[in-house]
Amino acid sequence: MGPSAIMTAYIARRLIGFGVTLLVAAMVIFYLLDLLPGDPAQFILGINATPDSVARLRLQMGLDAPAYQRFVEWLGGMLRGDFGMSYTQRAPVASLIWDRLGVTLPLALAAMVISILVGLPLGILAARRRGKALDTSIMVLAQTGVAIPNFWFGMLLTLIFAVGLRWLPPGGFTPWGEDSGAALRGLILPSLALALPQASILARVMRTSLVEVAGQDFIRTARAKGLTMDEALWRHGVRNAMLPVLTILGLQFAYLIAGTIVVENVFYLPGLGRLIYTAILERDLILVRGATIILIIAVTSTMLLTDIAYAVVDPRLREGSRT
Amino acid sequence: MNKMLKAFGIVLGMSAALAGVAQAAPTEVRIGVALEPPMLDPTAGAAEAIDIVVYQNIFEGLTRIDQNGEVQPGLAESWTISDDGLTYTFKLHDGVTFHDGTSFDAEDVKFTFDRILGENSVNAHKEFYTPITAITVVDPLTVSMTLDHVVGRFLFDLGRGDAVIVAPESADNNANEPIGTGPFAFVQWDKGSRVVLEAYGPYWGAPVHLTKATYVFISDTATVTNALLAGDIDGTNNFAAEALAVFEGNPQFKVLVGTTEGETILATNNRKAPFDNLKVRQAMAHAIDRKAIIDGATYGYGTPIGAPFAPHNPYYVDLTDTYSYDPAAAKALLAEAGYPDGFAATLKLPPVAYARLSGQIIASQFAEIGIKLNLINVEWAQWLEDVYSNKDFDLTIVSHVEPFDIGNYANPDYYFGYDNKQFQALIETLNGTIDEAKRKELAIEAQTILAKDAVNGYLFELAQTGVWNAKLTGMWQNSPIEGLVLRDIAWTE
Repeated sequence: MGPSAIMTAYIARRLIGFGVTLLVAAMVIFYLLDLLPGDPAQFILGINATPDSVARLRLQMGLDAPAYQRFVEWLGGMLRGDFGMSYTQRAPVASLIWDRLGVTLPLALAAMVISILVGLPLGILAARRRGKALDTSIMVLAQTGVAIPNFWFGMLLTLIFAVGLRWLPPGGFTPWGEDSGAALRGLILPSLALALPQASILARVMRTSLVEVAGQDFIRTARAKGLTMDEALWRHGVRNAMLPVLTILGLQFAYLIAGTIVVENVFYLPGLGRLIYTAILERDLILVRGATIILIIAVTSTMLLTDIAYAVVDPRLREGSRT
Repeated sequence: MNKMLKAFGIVLGMSAALAGVAQAAPTEVRIGVALEPPMLDPTAGAAEAIDIVVYQNIFEGLTRIDQNGEVQPGLAESWTISDDGLTYTFKLHDGVTFHDGTSFDAEDVKFTFDRILGENSVNAHKEFYTPITAITVVDPLTVSMTLDHVVGRFLFDLGRGDAVIVAPESADNNANEPIGTGPFAFVQWDKGSRVVLEAYGPYWGAPVHLTKATYVFISDTATVTNALLAGDIDGTNNFAAEALAVFEGNPQFKVLVGTTEGETILATNNRKAPFDNLKVRQAMAHAIDRKAIIDGATYGYGTPIGAPFAPHNPYYVDLTDTYSYDPAAAKALLAEAGYPDGFAATLKLPPVAYARLSGQIIASQFAEIGIKLNLINVEWAQWLEDVYSNKDFDLTIVSHVEPFDIGNYANPDYYFGYDNKQFQALIETLNGTIDEAKRKELAIEAQTILAKDAVNGYLFELAQTGVWNAKLTGMWQNSPIEGLVLRDIAWTE
């Protein structure tokens, strides 16, 4: 097999794994949530409601059908791109989720970009000044960054920039279509709050990885060819040190998408995390299932892309797949 | 790398320069509310969050309830009641239009009630309107309703959010695009974020002061505090009592403390031993120190109650001394009931601060007389399933927030399972009585029976604790019905 055939086989295997994961996840999500106590119809109508109305609403929501039948209908619907109607919100699940992605995706991406822009340079800088005061200060900062909880840092940012200085809104979100400047401003503090621990982790991983690479033979060879240490690290070291960093980045993006709920609550943003949280409380199970499946698709495809990115960055992985 | 850092710095700097919180214009208001309504049709759901946004703002009924809990004319400018109390004839306001431009007339009233009573109705309170046997359109501005028996609070029930008038053209879409006849029209709903209303120009009634109202959904107390301090919202009508101190001394804000319709009770499973024993329930009533509970669980806000009835109601009678706090008497009663060493029971607590905190205090008060409570925290959905539907509980703490809901005690199938034929007959008489003096007498008798029977532990009436910008006026201090009525709210200066 030529290199491209090996690559194709590698990707195909990953794709099959991707499909199987999704199917299993769909079954687990459906049946586990079915075990939750609680009835959305009762939730909507409250504790003084006429029992007759509650029964009627259950019927209208299709909650009376047996579980396997509802599972098949749900799965079939999703394959056709139809995620069903939310029980409590009486709106299509797909559009509810789509609207929320307009907040959560930019937020997660912005946090990702910020953490890369801050974390990687700091990590490289620390590695270059290993053992010096700068290295120590950066690592102390990073340690603190990992330790500070998102919500607390978010509150701190709000107090300084929204309550004190009044430069930025304390929370809330203006839709992109209405005023994209305001939408962007609304995401600055939340993405900073979200990025801090990620940037700290990236800085630590980058530093460790680069320190390790700096001691390897090929760097010495590069130095011997006349490159300065900076040049040698920049041209040969960083690319090699990127492997563990990529792994972390893949995991972090998954974490960022799924883990925005705390920050969304602090900044009252209409994001996916808050949507799922409320839906669980209201037993809007069809919405919880739809949103969870989309999260799983997002996370598993990120993993898939990371795997492929690995193979591109590191030919050894592709070669290794032959054995 | 340094370039990257610099670029990042520049981006941050630019965004900071662009920023600046917009100042609300003096005719617009932004209100923080803790819970987002699942949808906006008050005739198809009972969530208080729906009424907070729409009641008397977007939708109106034939009558409306004012801030003292009194019935006022709404879309019906006047009415007559036949001598037998069975036929109501309403004269409707002329020139009323729905927000989509269609006109309002007697046919819409008939449509609304046919819909509530129809086979596919999911109205939470159908039972208030089932006595209606006929709705007749006399002419476009006159409609009459005939009841099969006298209903003492019929005019009040017509003023509830469940009975707002909707139009056949738009009723099906009211969940997401509500169209009513009220002073404010629905503009947009950014799910998860806010609902925007604007004053409706052709409104038939007295013009309102605000041009625009935005409901912003924020649940976390610290976040609401910051939003108020930063000026992102101008007020909220249900602020966490524990953080009120932040605003009490601040001249930029005013704190409005009033009453609600929320009777907080230690609901007791009367079907189950030992709670089916009157002496046990009396012992528990003697073991409850209401003041300690109010101080500890709601930071002193709230009014002690001795029966499930709102203290601001004209029919209210103070029965808090029926079984005063007296652990010795409680122990004696327990011994008489055959439990000299007490017993163990579970207390299921829904996820609201007042319930969780009251639960801990009651557990320690009950421990003094030998009742060992095992506290179990549950979510609302689980509470509804376990406690409310399956009646699988010993004790629970919950607030019953609907106006005049004493009738629940006449339903033996209700979750706490109180079955007293005398009380049931009394409520039936009360429901069928129109004469005010007679109604008051009956209501007092009903409260007294419930107090003496110690059906549940009656703890306190929830307070409404609002925080508003000091320049805003016209907010309701009390909440005699679920809603946040914008009609009179205005900026001074």
